[in-house]
Amino acid sequence: MSSFSRGFRGRRRLEADPARVPPGQYVTGDFPVLSAGPTPRTPLDRWTFEVAGALDEPLRLSWDELQALPSETVSVDIHCVTGWSKLDTTWAGVSLDTLLDGVETAAEYALAFSDGGYTTNLPLDDLLGGKAWIAYAYDGEPLDPEHGGPARLLVPHLYFWKSAKWVRGLRLLEEDEPGFWEGFGYHNYGDPWKEQRYRGD
Amino acid sequence: MIELVEETARARSIVLDLPDWRGHRAGQHVDLRLTAEDGYQAQRSYSIASAPEDEHVVLTVERLDNGEVSPYLVDELRVGDRLELRGPVGGWFVWHAELGGPLLLLGGGSGVVPLRAMLRHHSAIESRVPLRLLYSVRTLDDVAYRDELAGLTGVEIRLTLTRSWPEGWRGYRRRIDRALLEEVAWPPAERPLVYVCGATGFVETAADLLVQLGYDPDRIRTERFGPTGG
Repeated sequence: MSSFSRGFRGRRRLEADPARVPPGQYVTGDFPVLSAGPTPRTPLDRWTFEVAGALDEPLRLSWDELQALPSETVSVDIHCVTGWSKLDTTWAGVSLDTLLDGVETAAEYALAFSDGGYTTNLPLDDLLGGKAWIAYAYDGEPLDPEHGGPARLLVPHLYFWKSAKWVRGLRLLEEDEPGFWEGFGYHNYGDPWKEQRYRGD
Repeated sequence: MIELVEETARARSIVLDLPDWRGHRAGQHVDLRLTAEDGYQAQRSYSIASAPEDEHVVLTVERLDNGEVSPYLVDELRVGDRLELRGPVGGWFVWHAELGGPLLLLGGGSGVVPLRAMLRHHSAIESRVPLRLLYSVRTLDDVAYRDELAGLTGVEIRLTLTRSWPEGWRGYRRRIDRALLEEVAWPPAERPLVYVCGATGFVETAADLLVQLGYDPDRIRTERFGPTGG
């Protein structure tokens, strides 16, 4: 393989702090949309969030019950496996620590599931400790359906496919189980700083 | 890189000789990485335009005016240059014979690229699955693979030009809308397998309309080109 591409200079994006941009990523000001199928549109009065699987009493929250939980506003950097990163994005929602407070489980993994059939898997530890939210607002506005509204999972320390759009619940699992993209050859964990894009990375 | 083919004024196909290529499925893409002399790197994804049966892997790249990578690929790259790429990538937006049909392919602009791989695969395996392509593009000059599409038999190709059209143009003359889809798509009862690829606006519009018209969301597969994809 050649060590460089003849004649290619590139356009450095000097405004971005390189310490905040993982390897192989570029910073964008836009908010690109990626999804595998049509955008689902579930009316809020039929919307629920479920926590099921390896726990004694499954949890089920209505939209109003989710809204009634203490919310947090966070500013985070997000990194998509297709190469773009977006810095300082502002979200509001409910921390998974709040949502799962009091839940007793032997599970070490979670499979998030969404309207439209999308799933993604992650270790339960990655959802706890102030690292993950059920986000329902972006930049002070209700989250747009194209970007996963009414609510999406937000797990910014992993590639953004882990931040399941249109999320409707979590299945807590004692054994790990690959989600949608993980089953199609994407990395099981997806740490952008280790460039874990595809299986084997 | 062994050959360049001008597809339109803004797009060209890059023909690659990849000795270690392990094959791909129609609809997959590759990650392409460019490295400047000082070590700076830029990486983007490009859809494969060729069928698995084709002798060489072909990418078709459209120049995005504010892009970082696509202007280099469309304007600078020369035959004999080497490219660093990884793939094939993606296992969802693919079509192969076992998935059946009928097949409805909806392409907006350069979103036609992975659909062209499906068309070529369909033809290479002599598939009898009914296939329709609706290709939405600004002007006739922006139509990629024009001669190839005109020469295809056994499949139905419909063009819609959204910005201007030549005198006597007999195809559609508007952006994709409900009436256009009702006319082009098989009825929902035939449960077509639908692939939609293009810019986000095109994909959102087409997929939303299909769901409203009663098509099964589970049989609609989408792939989008972000505005920063270049």
